[in-house]
Amino acid sequence: MSTLATSHRPRRRGWWLVALVLAAVAFLWVFPFLWMVSASLKSSGEIFAGGLGLIPETFAWENYGRAWTEGGFGHYLLNTVIVTVVTTAIVIVRCALAGYVIGRYRFPGSRLIIGIFVATLFVPTGYTIIPIVKVSLELGLLNSLAGMILALGGASNVAAILIYAGYFRRMPADLEEAAIVDGAGFLRVFLRIMLPLSMPVTATVGILTFLATWNAFFLPLVFSSTNPDLRTVSVGMQAFVGENSTDWAAMAAAGVISILPVVVLFVFMQKYFVEGIAGAVKA
Amino acid sequence: MASQTRPRRRNLWIYAFLMPTFVLYGVYTIYPIVASYWYSFVEWNGFSAEQRFVGVSNYEAVLADPLFWSSVRITLLFMLVVAPLRIFGAFFLAILLNSPRLPFARFFRTVYFLPVVTTTAIIGVVMRFILDPGAGPVAAVVGLFGLPPVDLLGDSATALVTTALVYVWKFFGITMIYWLAALQTIPQDVYDAARVDGAGGARIFRHITLPMLLPFLLIITVLTIEDCFHAFDLMQTMTAGGPFYSTEIIEIYIYRWAFAASIPQLGFASAAAVLFGVLVLVVVALQAWATLTSQRLRSQGTEKGRA
Repeated sequence: MSTLATSHRPRRRGWWLVALVLAAVAFLWVFPFLWMVSASLKSSGEIFAGGLGLIPETFAWENYGRAWTEGGFGHYLLNTVIVTVVTTAIVIVRCALAGYVIGRYRFPGSRLIIGIFVATLFVPTGYTIIPIVKVSLELGLLNSLAGMILALGGASNVAAILIYAGYFRRMPADLEEAAIVDGAGFLRVFLRIMLPLSMPVTATVGILTFLATWNAFFLPLVFSSTNPDLRTVSVGMQAFVGENSTDWAAMAAAGVISILPVVVLFVFMQKYFVEGIAGAVKA
Repeated sequence: MASQTRPRRRNLWIYAFLMPTFVLYGVYTIYPIVASYWYSFVEWNGFSAEQRFVGVSNYEAVLADPLFWSSVRITLLFMLVVAPLRIFGAFFLAILLNSPRLPFARFFRTVYFLPVVTTTAIIGVVMRFILDPGAGPVAAVVGLFGLPPVDLLGDSATALVTTALVYVWKFFGITMIYWLAALQTIPQDVYDAARVDGAGGARIFRHITLPMLLPFLLIITVLTIEDCFHAFDLMQTMTAGGPFYSTEIIEIYIYRWAFAASIPQLGFASAAAVLFGVLVLVVVALQAWATLTSQRLRSQGTEKGRA
């Protein structure tokens, strides 16, 4: 017993050493974020003096005011929230609906539909921006948030549909049979039984879509190129630096405003993020 | 009668459920895939309705453009720097984080994953500040050693490697999660059995962990490589392809011709996009093959384990 304890202790100490090294690297890892927060509170004079200090000499909260009003980030943040929330809702609704019928029913054309989905899963779709812009222009949707939302929500979410389909397929049939005996129709079975049971999938799909939409850059960049009022935070940041290239302090404040919501979401919903990403390997 | 109408009504519901996806997917995914092929055969500036069919001459022009080949080379070079660092670096970190003896393992996992969730286009701008030769902290560190200031992003010799390293940092956490997921597929009782048999940590790692992870190496490599093709957000905000096209990956090349030129060349850009699509398709085909192969390897492994 005692020999076991003594042979155990140095090994445990070794792991503390590993933790110490990992902590040092972790500090460097998050240093850009610490620096951003610190710079957002420094005066412009202190920033240009250079130096490595992370604690500002005086707290210049007015940087946030400049980012919010002059930089337009109050407006950009509102745009981003609208675009992200509506897009996420669209993706969840349409993927849950499609996943449900594909996962649970055979119907005329079902094989063809699954075939098309799987085929487009393997066709790169990220390079279709030119036709997307053209079709939005023809539908009169190019200069509007609605157009941006539809394009973001309509882009391939085949993976989400297939996740839903797989989940619904594994549900036991007697659940809905009992409901049908009680006289529930197609829609009721879905809304009252199936959808509530699919909450874990909805959480994962919702959070990954939220993240991807909040962080989207290419599509919002193209959709807002002629109308600055449509900018999201990711596009606004680049524009802000283009117009005020020397105001690093307000730029850092704008960065904090833009990134804080996703970081908070991540900290509270970490489990779903990790599950969503790990799914690519486990499948 | 009832038995005939019921399936018909059921099918109506089914098609109603599929309708939102049909419409959105058709307009924003299927149609664009087809249209981008058509555009690549026309001459079109995007302003006028006039599209003149020019056959394969857009492809000839793209293939004759040295900057296109330069962007192909830069895209592949970028991948060659990023992929190995992410795959093997994250492997190493995941092994450490997976040990039940490591203190604060969950905390470290959160911290190393954090950059993944942040907005890439914003990180790109912040990184320009951090690497700024005048006011940035990197310049301050270089100054501490009494060295002359360096402009890592402004020098075409260092810009690509610098952006590649930032990209590694930004998406390292994804590959780390892939490896952690792979490690968790190894059942704990396999380790316990080995320990009962008297195997030490190093032997367990070499004879159990490594062989069981090998099938995952394939799929994680392909997933990571595919990811390297999507560096537009970071590249556009950090360097916009400069200086002197030294960081112009294919996505930026396409963007420049389609949206950043004074007279957009949409046919030409579409031809470049189709060629890029073919390149990505090759990688995706590799991914399908890798998935199947690794599944086969894993099922063989478990059968062998049972036997």
